[in-house]
Amino acid sequence: MAVATRPAPAAAEDKELLISGSEAVAEALTLADIDVVTAYPIRPYDTVMQAIAKKIANGQLVAEYIVAEGEHSQFEIVKHASTVGARVFCGSSGVGWAYAMECLVVTPPLRVPMIALVGNRALDDPGAFGVEHNDALFVRDLGWLLCWIDTSQEALDTTLIAYRVAEDRRVFLPLAISADGAFLTHSQALTMVPPKSKVDRYLPRYDRGDLLLHPDNPITVAPQANEDWVIEIRRQNNEAMARASTVIEEAYAEFRRVFGRGPENPWFEEYMTDDAEVILVGMGTISLPIKVAIREMRAKGKKVGLVRLRWFRPFPTDRLVAALSRAQALGVIDRDYSFGSPFGSGVVANEIRAALYNAARRPPLLSFICGLGGREVTLEDVYKATDMCYGAAKAGKSDPKTHWLGVRE
Amino acid sequence: MAALICEIVYRGIFQKNLASRIARGIVLSARKSGRWGIAFGRYGDSPQRNGIPAKDFAIVADTNEELEQNMARYEPKHVDVTICVDDTLAKGVESWAWYGLQPINRLTVPNGTVLMTSIQSFGELLKDIHRKDAPYKLALMRAKASFSGLWVYREDHTEVRILGALAKIAPAFLSLDGVSQAIAEMDWGSDLKVASARKAYERLETREVTMAEGNPEIPYSFEMPKWWEMREGVTIPAIPIGKPKEEGKGYVPERNPYFKKYTTRTMRPVVNFDTCVKCTLCWIQCPDSCFDVMPDGTYDANMEACCGCGVCEAVCPVENCITMVNESVFEDNASQWEMWRKDKPAYQVWLTNKIGDKQATVRSHGFRFRGQYEQELKTDLDSGGVEITAGIPGENAQHKTV
Repeated sequence: MAVATRPAPAAAEDKELLISGSEAVAEALTLADIDVVTAYPIRPYDTVMQAIAKKIANGQLVAEYIVAEGEHSQFEIVKHASTVGARVFCGSSGVGWAYAMECLVVTPPLRVPMIALVGNRALDDPGAFGVEHNDALFVRDLGWLLCWIDTSQEALDTTLIAYRVAEDRRVFLPLAISADGAFLTHSQALTMVPPKSKVDRYLPRYDRGDLLLHPDNPITVAPQANEDWVIEIRRQNNEAMARASTVIEEAYAEFRRVFGRGPENPWFEEYMTDDAEVILVGMGTISLPIKVAIREMRAKGKKVGLVRLRWFRPFPTDRLVAALSRAQALGVIDRDYSFGSPFGSGVVANEIRAALYNAARRPPLLSFICGLGGREVTLEDVYKATDMCYGAAKAGKSDPKTHWLGVRE
Repeated sequence: MAALICEIVYRGIFQKNLASRIARGIVLSARKSGRWGIAFGRYGDSPQRNGIPAKDFAIVADTNEELEQNMARYEPKHVDVTICVDDTLAKGVESWAWYGLQPINRLTVPNGTVLMTSIQSFGELLKDIHRKDAPYKLALMRAKASFSGLWVYREDHTEVRILGALAKIAPAFLSLDGVSQAIAEMDWGSDLKVASARKAYERLETREVTMAEGNPEIPYSFEMPKWWEMREGVTIPAIPIGKPKEEGKGYVPERNPYFKKYTTRTMRPVVNFDTCVKCTLCWIQCPDSCFDVMPDGTYDANMEACCGCGVCEAVCPVENCITMVNESVFEDNASQWEMWRKDKPAYQVWLTNKIGDKQATVRSHGFRFRGQYEQELKTDLDSGGVEITAGIPGENAQHKTV
């Protein structure tokens, strides 16, 4: 519903704050005037819940803040709140996200536009806090919209965009924003925070329409069904995911119009790819060492570029194929693993292989796994990957086996 | 190459183990002549609910390849033999998800057989069984519906008698010797059971049914919605609030137009409106909200919504005010209250007739005391295996036991 609970501050220009990715999300949630937020602490997501708690304590945000007894309840509570029309937020990390799995599974078929922040964290065991993308990737097949962000600014902007996309009647799907633990959740960067007046212009109120659970709209949600009904429900979900692509394009265009910033291409960031011979691909904060390495390598005459994937679901197949098939070789660096997968590659590498299968031009593709558990991705790792890509470009083919970088061996 | 496809239509829970034994028995009997086979339940009927019709299937074939050919679907689209182990299902089958009414002979192939346990005559059953656009055979094994529960099994030989009867119907697949041999090898088999199977083989009554015979009613049905016609979010509209019965008095709740429970019943309540004290208990306790409130404050069980559980009878404080009566003695689903309002003396005659028929008012499932089964089985066998047992006394038993 997102009813205005406080008078909006007078229209003003954006103000610049030094805040972490997690705090930037909390700023966006305040601007979006969320109604219900649930919380259960797990690092690194807990930084978001602390930031929201502070917003509420300071009187900047009026919302129901419910500390659940675990992630399972945490996600169930917001699911129900969303069905009665509340704008909701929640989130988790690593095995906390896994503990909520049953609730994560039911939100897409129930068409609940829940926004969740996944502070990416390695799955136990060993108990570790550092980033891996496997947690958010749990839900990649289930109807969750999935995106990865890179900076505090992108955290704030994407959170606003997320509500606009997920709460669009054509979509009504849950959306998880992934933020790399530590590198983004715990690093403070200069961030432009827009005034509420602009956000009000951008974000319509959440209208659940005929799906609203309300005495005036008597419906039953989630009845038991047998094999005569399930595939039709899946087909509906598939359609909603397909429609999300259009809605995402619209939401970014409108964001640029209202806020005067934001990418032309919602789906992925292209860095120095125009003339690139080798294009490296990754998601999240891995972009930083790659960009620095690219600048170093370009100074030495190597034409290397980066595609940083923002949206993983829906997967921007056509645009990505168009961008990548120009290169002479591709290097996909996964911050995740998929044991026993084709070629033992990470999830992103195999998605891109699948996307390229029907492409007119398929450059050799090398698959790398790097930076697991929050291990630093070094410039040397990037140089090494690039050199191997040049080898494949020269040979015109690639060995499909997967290379682990930055492992003691 | 040839195959024999059988369905066993039964009452969920009450006959679950019976149907499973029959399906397994068919396959294992045919195996004695080198046939291949498979026995399975319709998964969509699960989880079963008391009395809701369900199906098991048994397919036997000359070769494994032909078996696979007939298995390559969720459930058979046609069957050579429809086995029905409760004759109240002659009125039709509405399975767990209720997509309209399926006549009991719907899947039976032309010139195939409907094999039913019943004590009714062919003529009485054909008032209920829907007409079919092809001739078929109706075979009767004289027995009352064999009901038990989820955890108990009623060892009344129904399963072996069905197998013996099948040997008569499909001798090419199930020889009587093969059936006997298979029964003897079952962990529940015995010489006595083999004898029962052989008696059933001898005593099966069969009659040709022409296209002109049967219940002319067009079974109700509805079209399944397409994916884009369905509401999103796994939501369905709630049942709207009801209306007064007439002139602002009484109350009739709205009901789902697709979910009807006509044939989910084995028994139905018969109400004596003259002795009703309007205490509300039947109305409140009915788990299916089947009672409509009449303008005079009495309660009429709406047959569209009653699944025949008998809770109303159990909670009614007035003796013989609500009596559960076997479904087979009713020919329609008309309102009892309307009948009563129209002609009260005639209704009393009708009521007395219905609730006075002990054969129809004795509950037919559940064991109530140790040794009951042995008592019943003895009588049954003493008279050649066809004597109908008195059944199991239900609530208000002392008034109803034969």
